[in-house]
Amino acid sequence: MTPSVRLQEMIRVIRSARTQGEERGIIQRECADIRAQFRQGDNGERSHSLAKLLYVHMLGYPAHFGQMECVRLIASPRYSEKRIGYLGAMMLLDEKQDASLLITNSIKNDLSHSSQYVQSLALCTLACMGSAEMCRDLAPEIERLLRASNSYIKKKATLCAVHIIKKVPELAELFTPSARTLLSEKNHGVLHGAVVLITELCKRNPDTLDQFRKAVPELVQIMKGLVTSSYSPEHNVAGISDPFLQVRILRLLRILGHNNDTASDAMNDLLAQVATNTDSSKTAGSAVLYETVLTIMDINSESGLRVLAVNILGRFLLNNDRNIRYISMTSLQKIVQTDHNAVQRHRGTIVDCLKDQDTSVKRRALELSLALVSAVNIRSMMKELLIFLSFCPPELRSQTASGIFNAAERYSPSKRWHIDTILHVLTTAGGDVRDETVPNLIQLITTASELHCYTVHKLYRALVKDIAQQSLVQVACWCIGEYGDLLLKGECEEIEPMQVTEDDVLDALETVLQSHMSSPATRGFALTATMKLSTRITDNVDRIRSIVSIYGSCIDLELQQRAVEYNALFKKYDHMRAAVLERMPVMDKNLPGHTNGDTPGEIKEPDTSKPKPVEAGLLSEPASQVCDLLDLLGGTDTPLQPSPAPTSTPTTTSSADLLDLLGGLEPTPVPTVSVYEKNGLSLKIQCDKQTETEVTVSLIASNSTQNDITNFTLQAAVPKSVQLQMKAPSGNVIPAHGLGQVTQTVLLNNPNKASLPCFRFVQLSFLLNLSALFMHKLDYTFIPLKMRIRVSYSNQGAMHQDTVLIDSFPSTACQPSISPL
Amino acid sequence: MIKFLLMVNKQGQTRLSKYYEQVELGKRAALEADVVRGCLARRKEECSFVEYKDYKLVYRQYAALFVVVGITENENELSIYELVHNFVEVLDKYFSRVIMFNLDKVHIILDEMILNGHIVETNKNRILAPLLALDKMAES
Repeated sequence: MTPSVRLQEMIRVIRSARTQGEERGIIQRECADIRAQFRQGDNGERSHSLAKLLYVHMLGYPAHFGQMECVRLIASPRYSEKRIGYLGAMMLLDEKQDASLLITNSIKNDLSHSSQYVQSLALCTLACMGSAEMCRDLAPEIERLLRASNSYIKKKATLCAVHIIKKVPELAELFTPSARTLLSEKNHGVLHGAVVLITELCKRNPDTLDQFRKAVPELVQIMKGLVTSSYSPEHNVAGISDPFLQVRILRLLRILGHNNDTASDAMNDLLAQVATNTDSSKTAGSAVLYETVLTIMDINSESGLRVLAVNILGRFLLNNDRNIRYISMTSLQKIVQTDHNAVQRHRGTIVDCLKDQDTSVKRRALELSLALVSAVNIRSMMKELLIFLSFCPPELRSQTASGIFNAAERYSPSKRWHIDTILHVLTTAGGDVRDETVPNLIQLITTASELHCYTVHKLYRALVKDIAQQSLVQVACWCIGEYGDLLLKGECEEIEPMQVTEDDVLDALETVLQSHMSSPATRGFALTATMKLSTRITDNVDRIRSIVSIYGSCIDLELQQRAVEYNALFKKYDHMRAAVLERMPVMDKNLPGHTNGDTPGEIKEPDTSKPKPVEAGLLSEPASQVCDLLDLLGGTDTPLQPSPAPTSTPTTTSSADLLDLLGGLEPTPVPTVSVYEKNGLSLKIQCDKQTETEVTVSLIASNSTQNDITNFTLQAAVPKSVQLQMKAPSGNVIPAHGLGQVTQTVLLNNPNKASLPCFRFVQLSFLLNLSALFMHKLDYTFIPLKMRIRVSYSNQGAMHQDTVLIDSFPSTACQPSISPL
Repeated sequence: MIKFLLMVNKQGQTRLSKYYEQVELGKRAALEADVVRGCLARRKEECSFVEYKDYKLVYRQYAALFVVVGITENENELSIYELVHNFVEVLDKYFSRVIMFNLDKVHIILDEMILNGHIVETNKNRILAPLLALDKMAES
């Protein structure tokens, strides 16, 4: 057997191991040695072995075989062995281990040991891992130590008491009287412990809190002593006497003064004194000032004091040490809601911090700046924020972009400024904005009717310059499509005139269509825009026709469908083209997702061309994965019937269907639909819609055979884009004769069903006698909810397994609502 | 309160770890690795406070050694920053040679300074007194 090495040597050996495997080997050898050592019994080497074991434990290897050894060592009379034993107890044992109970007696004895060091060991261990029973047993001992011993023990005993209170809150009253007397101690260690103890007592029990409020003058006295005392070498840290204690007392004062006027008044002077007298050139002083500021903010202080606090924070912002800058911004953020004006004064400095090197500081500065934006300073702030957006680190971009949008929405001084800002953001950081920016922007543009000319010119120029930013390109295409005639007119008051010919416009759109950088959605926008231009321009209609027919055989199904529809519009329904492609009316923004939220009454009619979704009875398109509303509505193939003029109210039945599709969210009793019936086992589902994208499906299984079905399990599979969460079934035995049921709930989250942009739906105008309707495809694909269920069970000793596909869910709850069955 | 204190070297190996809050053994390694990764990756210009999960980390670098302290939300970060410095100064005063070979003594010192997540004593002499007494006892 190799001779056991001491701890230092072992550490050296382990550290010199070059690979993980080598290290493991060394450690295994050492552990074997240690185990042998422990078995040998009492000799001088036990403590060394345990020390080595603790090191091994720290590295992460199992060390539970050392627990009993700890217990034995604790009971030993030698101090060095006790020391290691207690250390081992703190590291290896916790309440859950049985061995911890065994040391209770040792601790008890050691607490009354003659040597204070032994007593301190016991206190330390008890404070670290004392279980509730141990605490209850030993609390009177601790209390005795609190009152009558030297300061070395007292300070440890107080912190031990804190632990006891945490574990056994009922014992708090035991310590309350002694805590109060401890405040008159001179020793800082004891004072510190006492303050912590009082803080803990106050946190637990509001009555104690009231009691200790009377101690506020005493605390104030102590603080004053600390702040004004001359240099005392004992506790001096960088010129401040005992900053740790000061911070602690300030925190306690904060708790005592919170929501209480008398206590707060008593503290006001002191806080002012600390705030003005503390030297903040070093971190220690700043720590105290920081705590002071937090305290001032939290109690009912007078306004002068609060202003002082905010000024301190402002001074911190200018400090060279970035830790302090960070701290001050964190605190400013907490108070910006309540003391908005005071923080506004430091707005300049905060905005400067946006340019700091440190990412955390930048993030804080960003949040603060966004909180400080108001109607008054919106223009200057926005300038700064836009500059920031160009240089900010990528992880902050989307936050900045959405912050800018929110601010612009709330405080924009003019529509044109608003549109300009959004365009700027899209040009700089188009990739990081959220999806709903595009419809929001479009909606904004339509409302600003006087700016259509300006907007479309600007967007056209942006489009010509660069087509990489998808959101920008989408908006630009849409605008060009809608307002192309304004673009071609050439003049516009607010922007320098540029001659744009029809060919230029079509070239631009074609570039978008053909570019590799365009996403399918963008292409769809571009194609539709091209189509819309056919009514707005005069010369190049043929070119448009050719573009449209080329895409009739495009691989992308979305584009193909659109192209084919538009082709049909050119050929068969040319007389309707003008009406269909008319300019869209102003949209109402707040209806969340017209496709699923509208009730019939809300559909407005601003002018004669009524926006309604229209269904097209066409297409020999191959069945696609993407769900067509077409399919849902039954894919009617009825021929178009031309009509004289649109009426305002829809009356026919298919419109009622559509409205059901659109609205019909009136609460109906949730129907149960049967999906599987075989061999006496029947499976029904019940849908419950939770949110726009989440559905709760309950699967109910019942059994109509003579025998019970046992080992009944259900497995479910859903399309990749849908998230599935299965809850526990109510059981796995279904009683016979339909006497009982097994229910299992499944949560489905279908993110692609998110609310669809309304305007896409209302693309083409509505013609009456809705038997002949055009419908347009949605820009955003719409994955239908399907679920495959496999059931397996045993009946009469035989195992059965079967699968069933559910692709339609009971209507009122889920979209798509109307099943094609 | 203080949740844990770690001393790690530049390669990320833990030299000392002390937990004041129960963390399972298996999770400790992962926690340490995660924390260390976060701190070692910081550049020199970045501040010493990191927000990690739902609590904060305060770290300080001394030559090849990083001291990382995990603290709860309500603790004053600057104060803990000073505490770390104090701790290192105490270690400096006591240990003439490299610290890491005398781990048990470091634990003793740490126990004198921080108890159960709260500060006990910050005066260097008083912290070192029991240790010196112990040494004297061992010698005699």
